[in-house]
Amino acid sequence: MDKEKKGIGRRSFLKRLGAGAAVAASFSVTGCSNDVQKRYIAEGEGGEVPTDKMEYRTNPSGDKVSLLGYGMMRLPTIADEEGNQVINQQRVNELVDYAIAHGVNYFDTAPVYCKGASEKATGIALSRHPRSSYYIATKLSNSRGNHSLQFGIDMFNNSLSELQVDYVDYLLLHSVGSHEAYYNRFVNNGLLDYLLEQKKNGRIRNLGWSFHGSKEFFDFMLDEAGVAWDFVQIQMNYVDWERGNPTAEYMYNRLTEKKIPVIIMEPLLGGSLATMNYQAMALLKEREPQKSVASWAFRFVGSFDNVLTALSGMTYMEHLQDNIRTYAPLDRLDDEEFKVLSDVAKRKMEFSDIGCTGCQYCMPCPYGLDIPSIFRHYNRCLNEGAMPQNELDSDYREQRRNFLIGLDRTVPRMRQADKCVGCHQCQPHCPQKIKIAREMQRIDKFVQKIREDGLI
Amino acid sequence: MLRKIRIFIATLFFISITALLLDFTGVLHQWLGWTAKIQLIPAILSLNVAITVALLLATFIFGRVYCSTVCPLGIMQDIVSNLSGRRKGKRNRFSFTKEKRWLRYGVALLFVIMLVTGLTWVAALIEPYSAYGRMVNSLLSPLYLWANNLLAYIAERADSYAFYSVDVWLRSAAAVAVSAVTFITVSLLAWRGGRTWCNTVCPVGTLLGAVSRYSLLRPTIDSSKCAGCRLCERSCKSSCINIEDKSIDYSRCVACMDCIDKCKRGAIEYKYAGFGAAKENATDKSRRSFLAVSGAMVGSSLMAQEGKIVDGGLAAIEEKKIPKRSTPVVPAGAGSLASFTQHCTSCQLCVSKCPNDVLRPSQNIERLMQPEMSFERGFCRPACNQCSQVCPNGAIKPIEKAMKSAIKVGTAVWVADNCIAYSDGVRCGNCARHCPNGAIKMVECKDKPGGARIPVVDAERCLGCGACEYVCPSRPFSAIFVEGIEEHRTI
Repeated sequence: MDKEKKGIGRRSFLKRLGAGAAVAASFSVTGCSNDVQKRYIAEGEGGEVPTDKMEYRTNPSGDKVSLLGYGMMRLPTIADEEGNQVINQQRVNELVDYAIAHGVNYFDTAPVYCKGASEKATGIALSRHPRSSYYIATKLSNSRGNHSLQFGIDMFNNSLSELQVDYVDYLLLHSVGSHEAYYNRFVNNGLLDYLLEQKKNGRIRNLGWSFHGSKEFFDFMLDEAGVAWDFVQIQMNYVDWERGNPTAEYMYNRLTEKKIPVIIMEPLLGGSLATMNYQAMALLKEREPQKSVASWAFRFVGSFDNVLTALSGMTYMEHLQDNIRTYAPLDRLDDEEFKVLSDVAKRKMEFSDIGCTGCQYCMPCPYGLDIPSIFRHYNRCLNEGAMPQNELDSDYREQRRNFLIGLDRTVPRMRQADKCVGCHQCQPHCPQKIKIAREMQRIDKFVQKIREDGLI
Repeated sequence: MLRKIRIFIATLFFISITALLLDFTGVLHQWLGWTAKIQLIPAILSLNVAITVALLLATFIFGRVYCSTVCPLGIMQDIVSNLSGRRKGKRNRFSFTKEKRWLRYGVALLFVIMLVTGLTWVAALIEPYSAYGRMVNSLLSPLYLWANNLLAYIAERADSYAFYSVDVWLRSAAAVAVSAVTFITVSLLAWRGGRTWCNTVCPVGTLLGAVSRYSLLRPTIDSSKCAGCRLCERSCKSSCINIEDKSIDYSRCVACMDCIDKCKRGAIEYKYAGFGAAKENATDKSRRSFLAVSGAMVGSSLMAQEGKIVDGGLAAIEEKKIPKRSTPVVPAGAGSLASFTQHCTSCQLCVSKCPNDVLRPSQNIERLMQPEMSFERGFCRPACNQCSQVCPNGAIKPIEKAMKSAIKVGTAVWVADNCIAYSDGVRCGNCARHCPNGAIKMVECKDKPGGARIPVVDAERCLGCGACEYVCPSRPFSAIFVEGIEEHRTI
């Protein structure tokens, strides 16, 4: 660990950011050899990870935000003494240090992420750096629980203390989607007024919202809500660009016309744009054999000027390195490449995989189902072209066997789709609007059919 | 040479039948299923005349070669005895004893009475093949499955589907205890006295012994060559060679051919000895006490390994409990509960084959260790006929897959108070959705205003497969469970 820190400290990663001096002090162990740097280079699959070439975007308030934003929703975990999965703080610290050393300065968390442990872990990691060297975004996640003013105020104050800061740079009304919920959560109880007040007294620097909802409500928020939003966070990627109502294209264009900076979530669509079926992958690899499939998704969103930052929940160092490489510097897509991605999106949609991003908002299911894992296995088999479909196919038996064994490995039997009773409790929580119960029963029917078809 | 052939055949049989009993993938019985079906008691119980006659005839011609090569319990005793003989100075530790005829025939008579009166499970306690089957299933199988799961664990990390993990769970504490007692008793007897069990307790040994007394081919001592060194007598695990008389008790000789190899003078030959019983020996030099069957109850710590990977994001799942069924559910192919109880020797072959974890040995004293069905871990899939394919006893008769989905073995019963649709008003219907025969329909509940929909069972269409019981979200007791029926029928 020390070695890595030395490696970072050696490099001139702070030139870019004026506020670096104190950070440099905290990493001021110098005098290490070039070997350390070489090791870093060797670690990445795609070569060097630059420290000083990050693309930055400036928002109207003057913040220079790195195009790559760190989403703190999928932090690495480790088993504690009792076997429970808890946040691996040491890994988080390493990842955050590395990100900051390579120019990432936007960190996005929420009180509900990682079963409520994300803010604290983020706070611990970031508090080791000067407050001026990073921007922090967190949310008011009061969609579950009660909608009282006090609940909201407590949540906000708790965020500040968990994050060990006096102010947040970006505060989001978490996942707004309908009039009713918006009014209940923020307007009728006076919470929005409270937040605007906090903005005046400097405890919130930018106020915005993340969106999962209808087009009408989106327009309402922009045109009629009567608040000058500083930014808006939307789901955008090359599949959602022309999909859904509203499409990402519509939202982006409307925000741009309103001169509101856009923050991107799910640029990888929950990771599903990092792994895809072979036909679609071939289209991309033919053009850029050396670059990761994921890099295309990041280049896509990065190519839009009004995008302030694109969030990625990076659990592993390789992902962080790969994403830094993509944005340091940014290689914008040309028209032809846009067309290729549009083709890939079409192919991806032909394979009707389930648009689950693994956000876990639907969990825990009261009947014990592991909803995201079931979808993950189903999608994986679909994307790998490994779906046992027709008994007459020559590889049907093998695919069937692999599908069933893989399913049992991914999800314990007691948590599989046949246990879904269709209570629909999960339904309102899904930001992707997946008809969870219906999909569960569809998968269950398929699984029962192939299970019936003999032994494993 | 004859001894080597015997050992070779015995090894093949022993490995085959053990593998058959261990195999959980359901592929092996196509090739090895016959090794269970040629076992004597199963053949008799399944009224397989051809095999029964063939075995008796073989014994009449060759002596008790069955006990030396086909019977897995016999071979197991040979292995134990052989290990015991490897101890220093114990190589030739036997000596002639007198036949305990009253004990042999007494036990055999009791055995027959038990079978005839339907107390098959009691008889099965000393039935050699089933006793071995239970030992493998209760004692060895968990180790085998854990080893498999280790390979599956490695395979998973190597992205291979060559092995898959299976649940290892305690199906019946009673079966484990009985198997442990059997194992300890038989092993102890074999350790001390070779084939004591076979020649005092085993009903198959007694029956075949009665035939082999007159067998045509037998090891015969040539008095002119015999120097009376007693090497053969001391190496005879059946303790049936009496050198003083130069005679062999052929009712106890298992035709292992050890003595032939042992004799340095070539005084013993396996040859045609004419028709008629050999002369009985007169003296009894028994120094062994027989049967010290004090079963040390060995508790088992083979706990069921439940997949408890409880992430904070997952709701805890309470384990399901077995409901009290007034009539046990037995597999399609059994015909009726009575016939099943009569025929089954509880060898556990079907239990180890059940791919859905439905079958398990009964804990009920009236059918102890005979398999019965329950649905906490899976249900009896309509297209699966594994158990009927492997049963050597005719307790579960072979049925075609197509027939299986028309045989009714039980009826689903709804328990209103457990049902979340009834008591909590939850929209469920999981039982109806999973019923393979469409026998469950959701209807509006009259005494619950507000449109609760509850399941109703069409008993005439219900097969008793247990799909409803398995998928029912109510825990620990399912709100719908299967009651067995005495007589199975085709619907």
